[in-house]
Amino acid sequence: MTNNQKNGGPIIICRDIHKWYGHFHALRGINMEVNKGEVIVIFGPSGSGKSTFIRTLNRLETHQRGQIIVDGIELTHDVRHIEAIRSETGMVFQQFNLFPHLTVMQNITLAPIYVRKWPKKKAEEIAQQLLERVGIPEQANKYPGQLSGGQQQRVAIARALAMQPKIMLFDEPTSALDPEMIKEVLDVMTELAQSGMTMLVVTHEMGFARAVAKRMYFFDQGQIVESGTPDDIFYHPTEERTKLFLSQILSH
Amino acid sequence: MNISRTQTTNVLPPPIERFTLLGWLKKNLFGSWVDTLVTLFSIGFVYFVTATFLRWAFQTAQWEVIAVNLRLFIIGQYPLAEAWRIWLGVHLIAALIGLTWALYVREISNILGIGLLVVPLLLALIDFSLFNRLNLIGLSLVGLAGWFIGRKRTAAIRRISVWSWVLIFPIFILLVRGLFPQGEVLPVVTSNLWGGLLLTFLLTVVGIVFSFPLGVLLALGRRSELPILRTISIIYIEVVRGVPLITILFMAQFMLPLFLPGGLTLDRVLRAMVGITLFSAAYLAENVRGGLQAIPHGQYEAAHALGLSGYQTMVLIVLPQALRAIIPILVGQFISLFKDTSLVAIVGLFDLLGISDAILAQPNFIGRQAEVYAFISLIYFIFSYNMSFVSQRLEKSLGVGER
Ligand SMILES: Nc1ncnc2c1ncn2[C@@H]1O[C@H](COP(=O)(O)OP(=O)(O)OP(=O)(O)O)[C@@H](O)[C@H]1O
Ligand SMILES: [Mg+2]
Repeated sequence: MTNNQKNGGPIIICRDIHKWYGHFHALRGINMEVNKGEVIVIFGPSGSGKSTFIRTLNRLETHQRGQIIVDGIELTHDVRHIEAIRSETGMVFQQFNLFPHLTVMQNITLAPIYVRKWPKKKAEEIAQQLLERVGIPEQANKYPGQLSGGQQQRVAIARALAMQPKIMLFDEPTSALDPEMIKEVLDVMTELAQSGMTMLVVTHEMGFARAVAKRMYFFDQGQIVESGTPDDIFYHPTEERTKLFLSQILSH
Repeated sequence: MNISRTQTTNVLPPPIERFTLLGWLKKNLFGSWVDTLVTLFSIGFVYFVTATFLRWAFQTAQWEVIAVNLRLFIIGQYPLAEAWRIWLGVHLIAALIGLTWALYVREISNILGIGLLVVPLLLALIDFSLFNRLNLIGLSLVGLAGWFIGRKRTAAIRRISVWSWVLIFPIFILLVRGLFPQGEVLPVVTSNLWGGLLLTFLLTVVGIVFSFPLGVLLALGRRSELPILRTISIIYIEVVRGVPLITILFMAQFMLPLFLPGGLTLDRVLRAMVGITLFSAAYLAENVRGGLQAIPHGQYEAAHALGLSGYQTMVLIVLPQALRAIIPILVGQFISLFKDTSLVAIVGLFDLLGISDAILAQPNFIGRQAEVYAFISLIYFIFSYNMSFVSQRLEKSLGVGER
């Protein structure tokens, strides 16, 4: 089964994921399969469980029922599995979460050096390439606090990419940015999507979704209400809740 | 660059406030009649206190109690024949200070830097023994040498300076204590002979060096998910913080032996060091915990998401930020620790305060309390002030509060 999945099968399999916070049922049976190289966009109202779901995929949150298999490894309490999956999975947060006491370069090379055990020189070379890829090669020696929000988020993307992950998770990567900076981050993400990266993106940037998403999932109250290609979702939504939500976010 | 040509909008220079002495006086000291009253009263008060003190210091006070006993104040009963070892240790420290100064402090024209160089030279003017005067001059020279080396500011020198600071501590203790019980070179000087400023200094440094890691561990223990570890940490911290230092020092003297395996004994100084360390660690733990709480949860998540282990997250991400944030608090605590070591006088050690009491108990120096206490206050102040100055420098160079 493991081999099967490595050879072209889904890279992420979620079967009937449930999650409770105390008595609150935050995820109520999520099923999803993602193939290698696909870009998935997840959207839905606040509190619908989008973050919770995407965070169960690298076990920042634990699920209490169901099965999650990432790149052939099932997520259980086994710490080795968790660390293996985390180093194959990059994550980009709404609030960037850069390490403020480290330079941009150190932010990017930290995990390659300490987790991948690369020599410092190799890690720095790759970091420099990544900084060029995200368009800020000249910022390597600055501290995060000296960068704009858009630049910080691009550093965060470079930091995640430095581990050469197979999957990238984005949790509202542009929600904390001023409008003029959103584009520079979306451009980087679009380029990444076109390069064949498997991506799960929680976002309400519908232009981005239309341009690169293979499939879109509409979350509400801990469930997937509707899913389909961007065309299905934008032009032929079947569920009332989807229509209502889309009309709300597209109206402004 | 021609500014006037590039100017497109009406950029105005800030209004110039011309400085005049009278204007300044009026604005800051005599703005209203209340200000005037406060100013006059303050001047009168300061004048009264200073004048009284100076009159006492230069007319009434008999300073020979200090001059005669200076050695006791500085090193206690430490044998004179071995005093060179302490000088050697101090020289090493002076060289390191010079080196570190050049590495981390930008301006040489700094008053304090010059002061550090000049003070030993000034002291050398006093008629101590030739040996001591040469040593004082040596301190300045060695410090200056360190400064010249440090000025290159290469990565290698930085690394050496860090390691030297780590090593200087055991080396200094080794020099003070000696190596061989009955040897010709470096004979052991038992700790009952350590005294004065030397002992105060050793108690402080040992307290800081050992309570720091212990305090960090306790802080981590208190936040641990293992219930036993957490409970032990909480009980330890709360019990120790609920007890005065002096009682801990007494308990260290009388109860510590109960906890030691048979045959093992600790001398009195060591017991005091243990007491101070255990005491300080509990407070440190609470301060570190405060620093840990200030670290946003997103930092842990980002570290975990990158695949860093819990231990790596702590050491590489969380602790550096937490400790940096509490440097001012830590230094404040170390300054208190420095002053609190004076309590060991009560359990019979001859630290700076203890030796003062011993000197004052001698018949020839009866009634010289004012002179002696003024003198040791000055010493305590000089060192405390320097510690807080260095910490401000450290904060600046580490950029605390800037991000
Ligand atoms: N640590 C937690 N403890 C208790 N409840 C939580 C916790 N985290 C999330 N929740 C709840 O779970 C639900 C889903 O939260 P989640 O953050 O996944 O929503 P979201 O879809 O990402 O919303 P948003 O668009 O606001 O980010 C919310 O009702 C939230 O209040
Ligand atoms: Mg969210």
